[in-house]
Amino acid sequence: MKPAAFDYVVPDSLEAAVQALAAANGDGKVMAGGQSLMPLLNFRMTRPSIVVDLMRIPGLSSIELKSDTVSIGALTRHADLEFSHLIAARLPVMAAAMPHVAHLAIRNRGTIGGSLSHADPAAELPMLAVFYGATIKAQGPNGRREIPAEEFFISALTNCLEPEEIVFEIDFPVLKAHIGWAFEEVARRFGDFALACIAVSFELRDGRIADARVAVMGVADTPRRLREAEDAVRGAQRGGETAARFAEVVRSCVSPSDDIHFSAEYRKNLIGALAEKAFMAAWARAVGEKP
Amino acid sequence: MKRDIGVTVNGRRYEARVEPRRLLSDFLRDTLGLTGTHVGCEHGVCGACTILINGDSVRSCLTLAVRVDGMEIVTVEGLGSPDQLNALQSEFREKHGLQCGFCTPGMLITGMDLLKKYPLASDQEIREGLSGNLCRCTGYQNIVAAIRAVARLRNGSAT
Repeated sequence: MKPAAFDYVVPDSLEAAVQALAAANGDGKVMAGGQSLMPLLNFRMTRPSIVVDLMRIPGLSSIELKSDTVSIGALTRHADLEFSHLIAARLPVMAAAMPHVAHLAIRNRGTIGGSLSHADPAAELPMLAVFYGATIKAQGPNGRREIPAEEFFISALTNCLEPEEIVFEIDFPVLKAHIGWAFEEVARRFGDFALACIAVSFELRDGRIADARVAVMGVADTPRRLREAEDAVRGAQRGGETAARFAEVVRSCVSPSDDIHFSAEYRKNLIGALAEKAFMAAWARAVGEKP
Repeated sequence: MKRDIGVTVNGRRYEARVEPRRLLSDFLRDTLGLTGTHVGCEHGVCGACTILINGDSVRSCLTLAVRVDGMEIVTVEGLGSPDQLNALQSEFREKHGLQCGFCTPGMLITGMDLLKKYPLASDQEIREGLSGNLCRCTGYQNIVAAIRAVARLRNGSAT
């Protein structure tokens, strides 16, 4: 189908974009890369009176290291993240996840700010934001505010932004000591939205896990960080039994629901299997073996 | 309200006035008459309408024509001509990489971008790269073979 008619503005500053949105009284839509918004427009599932296109706003597509944080501009494209040496070196879990984000033609246009704002519960970037404990920065009529990723996602396709607020930058803390990490995902077709997905990383001290980070998606209506699983593996040593125990904890933390594709039971088993695999792969990486 | 845009397509400059909601796929086919770009699903899933914008593969059905003002586009018509197919097109012919031909423009454009950005050292890598392009004749084997042949030539080993 084709989009219904809309007015279209291309502001050259964030302030002007916020103003245009505010003037739309909640009936405006922000377009960044357009890769989630365009299908919704084509299907007329959304019929905004005005589309505010961010593409001409300068300075929103950089990837910068600021001490222990990687700052990413909201208009940075998925492909820029995928091929960035800085991301590969400082945010390896993100680098591993990026090829799973849709397909090359989508990654060439889709942006991180757009993906986070769209808040799909089975999309990689929202999950990575939760995993890294990212800070999402948004601008609105009353100035700027910083939102922890875990508070940003409210439910499926719903974020905490006001209608006239726009994400302009995201800060990802570098997990420097986390030398073991893994990202595991299952989708029906490579590049499709995830059925289930887990990211794991940890720090080792004297052969034991000193600190861990665990996040999952596809098993709830938002991506989730699993602190219970992080606590449970602290002090753990390497081994198949530890991996199985970790998988058990992850399974017990999630309660997916049935949908038209798969049963809740299947997704639960799947996330457990991925957890076990991720745990072993992360450990292999931590000790310099091939994962 | 309509807007004026200027865009270069396959080396030729076009000026046009378009409605903001006009999809680039429709602009190319209906306004410019470049019907080599095929429209399948119109929501970014099938890959048939993939074109190059400033050298990157992009779904033209997920792009508003107003957004490409000042940009450079290559469609399947710009890859080669019937007398002078480019390397990938030649391999598609050689390896029987098309049946009905509907998905072919998208496959070719995607193949060009994959060849530019990835080593494509294994069939798995090629298949993952093509996962966003659907062929309903299910002729993937020969499409993969065509891309593999160009990748191997480029990587400096015989097919």
